[in-house]
Amino acid sequence: MKNCDALLIGGSAGSLDVLIKVLPSIAIDITFPIIIVLHRKKGTDSLLSDLLSSKTKLIVKEVEEKENILPRTIYIVPSDYHLLIEKDFTFSLDYSEKVNYSRPSIDVTFQSAAEVYKDKLVCLLLSGSNADGVNGLITVKEFGGEIVVQDPKTAQVDYMPGQAILRANVDEVLEIEQMADYINNLK
Amino acid sequence: MSSLPSINDEQVETLIDDVLEQYGYDFTGYSRASLKRRLNRLYSLDKQVSFAEFRYKIGSDSVYFKRFVEQITVNVTEMFRDPSFYKALRDKVLPTLATHPFIRIWLAGCSTGEEAYSMAIVLKELNLLQKSLIYATDINPTVLEKAAQGMFPLSQMKQYSENYIASGGKEDFSSYYSANYAVAKFDVDLKEKMIFSTHNLVADHSFNEFQLILCRNVLIYFDRDLQFKVLQLFDNSLENLGFLALGTKETTDFSPISKRYKRLEMEKIWRKDS
Repeated sequence: MKNCDALLIGGSAGSLDVLIKVLPSIAIDITFPIIIVLHRKKGTDSLLSDLLSSKTKLIVKEVEEKENILPRTIYIVPSDYHLLIEKDFTFSLDYSEKVNYSRPSIDVTFQSAAEVYKDKLVCLLLSGSNADGVNGLITVKEFGGEIVVQDPKTAQVDYMPGQAILRANVDEVLEIEQMADYINNLK
Repeated sequence: MSSLPSINDEQVETLIDDVLEQYGYDFTGYSRASLKRRLNRLYSLDKQVSFAEFRYKIGSDSVYFKRFVEQITVNVTEMFRDPSFYKALRDKVLPTLATHPFIRIWLAGCSTGEEAYSMAIVLKELNLLQKSLIYATDINPTVLEKAAQGMFPLSQMKQYSENYIASGGKEDFSSYYSANYAVAKFDVDLKEKMIFSTHNLVADHSFNEFQLILCRNVLIYFDRDLQFKVLQLFDNSLENLGFLALGTKETTDFSPISKRYKRLEMEKIWRKDS
């Protein structure tokens, strides 16, 4: 099984429902952090953290800049900032130009994480209506990481995972019901 | 096409050393992930073909170095950004400062000036503009030239107007500018009380004493040590009972100055009290 020092999950339209279904089944003894990049309107951060933390016993928190990345913690990227990962495994936030009309951009975080975690990174791309995240997956793959997407047939909006399958050499395509098992088996 | 970054970690350090040595600009305390991303962005924007040529151009061409500084630093900003912040300025902070005979405000990292004009509008509506001075500074001379012109894209005005209303503005926002083709030119009386100047938070010292300092979304690009150093500079530049305002994801917590600062509820605004 894949070595995993961090799991990143990216998604846009239709991805919140997936997280709500999957989070309750994620084991509390996972050995890595989960970092979630969701497209959404700005100013809804605490609502999202509250909603997701009601679905799991793992700690759910919004990213604070320069904080240490800890295992068994679910980090939510704040709205209206890009999230970058530093070599010393801390977070940096960045208010630069939108990428793919998005801030946070999934590509930005995936690419940044790829350079730091290299082959010990797993990235999962969910439902969404644009292709943000696909270039990120390609970079992750080049650094030896594992890339996984939601089965487009199960996605509310199939464009994002569909583009990933088309353009990136994805390792796994998962139905929603398979995701928790997949995550719990990462070490 | 490869998605691997063109400039690696070692090359980032080489460029940091070069620009410190040749131009005296010190980026050593900048967050590396962000800096590396900006460098790679510039490299591909300008269609550079090799690191050696890119390095040579930065080191030998002072005109290109200006562009380098402009592109490496982030200059994304908007008017009345985070409306609830401007509401707190309007309802709590500025009325408290209204008793002063003279109000000195420092906008550190003012970029292209959107915050300076927002501040001037609020001051004007509170009848405080005449006795205020807004010192707007940035490391980057090019953005200051833009800021002094007071011209912003007309296409942004709908968003800015919405921000303004959400921040408690009651006037007709379009009364503050005249539209000319694709440009909104803000009234010159708004900038009468602005002073634009270069200031490098890394290297330059305190230059005055202020009642209010705003530095929003600048510290996120610095490492912890440099953040503390800059907060110390703000502390040295702030009158007792003055206010310090930071970006929505920035804080004085964990810094040596934190014990002298009390945070206003909800917003990232602290009042000095010691």
